[in-house]
Amino acid sequence: MTDPSHRRTALYDAHLALGARMVPFAGYEMPVQYRDGVLTEHRWTREHAGLFDVSHMGQARLRGVAPLAAFEEVTPGDFIGLKPGKLRYSLLLNHKGGIIDDLMAGRPDDDGLYLVVNAGCKEGDFKWIANELAGQVKIERLEDHALLALQGPMAAAVLAGHIPAVADLGFMETTRLNAFGTDVIVSRSGYTGEDGFEISLPNEIASDVWALLLKDERVRPIGLGARDSLRLEAGLPLYGHDADETISPIEAGLTFAVSKRRRDAGDFPGSSRIRRELDGDLSRIRVGLRVLEGAPAREGAEITDASGAVVGKVTSGGFSPTLSTAIAMGFVPPALSLVGTPLSVIIRGKSQPAQVVAMPFVPHRYFRKS
Amino acid sequence: MFFTKDHEWIKVDGDVATVGISTYAAEQLGDVVFVEVPDLGKVLTVGDSLAVVESVKAASDVYAPVSGEVIEANGDLAAAPETVNADPEGTGWFAKLKITDPGQLEGLMDRTAYDAFLASL
Repeated sequence: MTDPSHRRTALYDAHLALGARMVPFAGYEMPVQYRDGVLTEHRWTREHAGLFDVSHMGQARLRGVAPLAAFEEVTPGDFIGLKPGKLRYSLLLNHKGGIIDDLMAGRPDDDGLYLVVNAGCKEGDFKWIANELAGQVKIERLEDHALLALQGPMAAAVLAGHIPAVADLGFMETTRLNAFGTDVIVSRSGYTGEDGFEISLPNEIASDVWALLLKDERVRPIGLGARDSLRLEAGLPLYGHDADETISPIEAGLTFAVSKRRRDAGDFPGSSRIRRELDGDLSRIRVGLRVLEGAPAREGAEITDASGAVVGKVTSGGFSPTLSTAIAMGFVPPALSLVGTPLSVIIRGKSQPAQVVAMPFVPHRYFRKS
Repeated sequence: MFFTKDHEWIKVDGDVATVGISTYAAEQLGDVVFVEVPDLGKVLTVGDSLAVVESVKAASDVYAPVSGEVIEANGDLAAAPETVNADPEGTGWFAKLKITDPGQLEGLMDRTAYDAFLASL
């Protein structure tokens, strides 16, 4: 599939050499799977270490006189309190408290904030931040940098073989250091629910580092297909599906991303709506569903209550390789959001039984320093 | 065995046709995790959805290559959907139809024509 309108990451040739099936995604040609296929790649990541090319994501530096304080004007997170070496999951909010994107923001060093945003949103995100924070910050896009994710229970042992210092990082910690002969940013983070790392490095060395990591027999390349099934099992929302500009952090089940201090101060975009929602005026909330029999429920499938009334829609769903059952996320009224609530999903006109279950569907195994 | 441009295959024995998807289609779909086969007695017109195959990523329709009535469905696929990947042109069949219009078979490709069609994709 060759489409000149689609961009390629620095690893495009490496993907082809590994037999990847390339698909258009967020304006890029990306590997949806390699020769092993989605199920095998998914299981490999849960049991060993999977290597992902996520260079399509938007990396940038946010600099200014007070970049941490400025960034609080567009997010509900505590960034003034973000210590050097820490990474935080946060949300870019519009003036109505709707989610423009979800992102990672960290302090690998003292050089402002390091941001990673979703590929499909990056142009809009950086424009939004630049406009909202005009005069306060400067954004430097890191388009000449690739981003690799190494995820899975063996990721730490593999990466420590190349960069011993990563053994000292805890989950959601980030650092800039010298490795592979250059400056890289390594964060202990990811979107699979497993322990793992994200490595930002110059495009020129991306394919060498990719090949070096793949030389380790514990590591295999993993495509976007398994990335999606892994994040679904981990209960993590996919922007544009489980979160969008009409959905608030509370509705999306991301209340943890609204810091206590910011909540009390009510000083972030859409804070009045979020205050009302926290006080109980909430019409919908994201839940996890286990489809008890029948076909997997996909995005758009209607959710009905016991009486057959439509109460919501599935926003992402599929087959869970770990649980060998169909799982989904969707939005329902809070009264129907309790774990154990019996619901149904409508698939090709047929009603199939489902049940609200706790997320993550598969337990997270992040590395926490004691 | 005959093939359609949508990558179904059909094997005819008297007035009974067995339907499945080609090896090429199974490879394109990737890991099959669920198959919905038709109910017995269902009367299908050529082009109707005969089965639905779900891979990890997406659902795909399998279309009836000819018109007919469903006289048997492959019940083994409910417990073992991966058979569609392992043996797509054999035990991974979906349904058997009682053909109502044998003339519809004439528009289908034989193996040589299908291979040429795949080469042109």
